[in-house]
Amino acid sequence: MIHTRNLTREFRTGGGTVQAVKGLDIDVGAGELVSFLGPNGAGKSTCLRMLTTLLLPTSGSATVAGRDVVADPDGVRAAIGYVGQGHGSGGDQRVRDELAAQGRFYGLTKAEARTRAAELLEMLELDAAADRPAARLSGGQRRRLDIAMGLIHRPRLLFLDEPSTGLDPHSRANLWEHILRLRAEQGTTVFMTTHYLDEADAMAERVVVIDDGRVIADGTADELKGKVSGDLVAFGVADPGEAERAAAAARPLAGADGVQADGTELRMRVTRGEEALPGLLRALDRAGVGLTTVRVQRPTLDDVFLTLTGRSLREGDG
Amino acid sequence: MSTAAARTGPPGTAPAPDPRRPPGAPIPAGRRPPRRPPLPEEFSVKVLKDTGIMFQRQMAPTLRNPLFFLVFGMMQPVLYLVLFGPLLSGMPGPLGADPMRWFVPGMLCMLAVFGTAYAGFGLLPEMQEGVHERLLAAPVSRTALLLGRVLRDVAVLIAQALVVIAGAAAFGVRPSVPGALAGLLLLAVLGVGLGTLSYLLAMVLKAPFKFSGALQAVIMPLILLSGVMLPMDLAPGWLYALSRINPVSHVVDAERALFGGGFAAAEVGLGAAVAAGTAVLALALGVRSMHRLNA
Ligand SMILES: Nc1ncnc2c1ncn2[C@@H]1O[C@H](COP(=O)(O)OP(=O)(O)OP(=O)(O)O)[C@@H](O)[C@H]1O
Ligand SMILES: [Mg+2]
Repeated sequence: MIHTRNLTREFRTGGGTVQAVKGLDIDVGAGELVSFLGPNGAGKSTCLRMLTTLLLPTSGSATVAGRDVVADPDGVRAAIGYVGQGHGSGGDQRVRDELAAQGRFYGLTKAEARTRAAELLEMLELDAAADRPAARLSGGQRRRLDIAMGLIHRPRLLFLDEPSTGLDPHSRANLWEHILRLRAEQGTTVFMTTHYLDEADAMAERVVVIDDGRVIADGTADELKGKVSGDLVAFGVADPGEAERAAAAARPLAGADGVQADGTELRMRVTRGEEALPGLLRALDRAGVGLTTVRVQRPTLDDVFLTLTGRSLREGDG
Repeated sequence: MSTAAARTGPPGTAPAPDPRRPPGAPIPAGRRPPRRPPLPEEFSVKVLKDTGIMFQRQMAPTLRNPLFFLVFGMMQPVLYLVLFGPLLSGMPGPLGADPMRWFVPGMLCMLAVFGTAYAGFGLLPEMQEGVHERLLAAPVSRTALLLGRVLRDVAVLIAQALVVIAGAAAFGVRPSVPGALAGLLLLAVLGVGLGTLSYLLAMVLKAPFKFSGALQAVIMPLILLSGVMLPMDLAPGWLYALSRINPVSHVVDAERALFGGGFAAAEVGLGAAVAAGTAVLALALGVRSMHRLNA
């Protein structure tokens, strides 16, 4: 469905050139659900905008739904649905009209567009707001309208740029239900970006991690987590001094990797955290460390990112 | 369900991929890929259909609130008509004898300039939010995206002009009916040109402050040198010469002749040619840029 070769995009700015995407090679097969994960400015949107014919590549090539994005942009456009990062509905446009117009742009007849719009409005729980101008929707409602516009023509391939940003948990769950149903019923291929690690983790069969314009990891969530050695075990202690003492006591222990004191917490990575925990507790007890809390955590995609780049994906963390 | 998916795609309009460039071959850096010439697409039924859909989309908010959009943008010419026009009765000669007959056509041109030259302001928020991008990602004719917007603005302009003409007629300024109809057509042509240029400028400049700055720099001279307020014959030679370079001044002259019923006047031919020339040039530039700027 998607094949890119050495796909590259530079932007010329006042100061010089920004290399937003650097030689991307991605292959996505029909029916896959791929999550594109990366920090702000990694090049996710730029990549999506090239694949959806909104930006010309600086170099390299991309075929989307069997068509070359540069040679046959109209062919690509007809085959895909796109939900961009921003709001796609005009503020003074009535929700129902904007959605129906979108359907007509994709070749539906007037009647078909009306019916399909009504169907989507109900599906995405927007029918109560259908006759309001889009500007008078809440942020999450407006986002749902964006998604409805991307689905109106039942595309074979759907690009979503941070679809769930601004949605409450109920709407997020609802959105996923629709996307998964679309896949089940029509075999739709979905290529999406997200900042929600848990979402990428739970929903996508395949996660492509991008950083600074390059793919740094590509695989199932479990495969990626396999790159992180072991579970995180964290012990809470009374004060930072105690944490340092505890770290000194834990470092020589067999199987404990990356032991570090962080504030009032002692952290380490061990294979099979639950099984190692009793031994660790006994050892720390023998060393006279007073523990307040204990936490065992399986690797997250954030840990993967941290392992690969040395930086955290989470906001405010790095 | 799945049959609908197959049905929704527009029928096979897509040309085969460029044979000169096998898939996977890199595009040389810094060079635009060869684009298909815009001509075939521009005259297809699809363009007309898409323009219709876009026009309807643009028109919908206006139709829901017609009074607002009619009055909005009309204030300036109307105020000039009421508060400035009467001053002209002090002018010597035939102008002073029947100033409004001379003044009203000029105010219609002012309406056309202000109504369409600021049109780009409607596009700027849609560009900032992602509406324009959403439309560009759809298999819509690029030309239609531009033309649909322009035609809505021209439709509003014509409605406003009709109100002004009706108002003036109520106060005894009765134009020749065929002349006024031809005058409206001329206004529409001027509006297409200016509106297209306005959207183009908005797409290039993107930032609202740059756009409004550029507009002011262009529109003030366009109005001042058009002879809508006072006859340019009163101007010193150099100023008069400048006004002749201003396309709007020729349209103003043509409107005045037409409203008087003088179809045969030389001004009419010149004004029509200038307006049509501007429109054709603007559209050619606009269509090209829609393809170039928006891939
Ligand atoms: N039009 C542009 N002009 C100049 N630089 C740009 C432009 N668009 C994007 N960039 C730069 O390219 C890089 C990648 O941006 P991009 O929008 O693709 O990131 P992203 O991964 O989508 O980030 P986010 O998670 O914040 O949406 C950034 O450094 C950005 O500043
Ligand atoms: Mg982005």
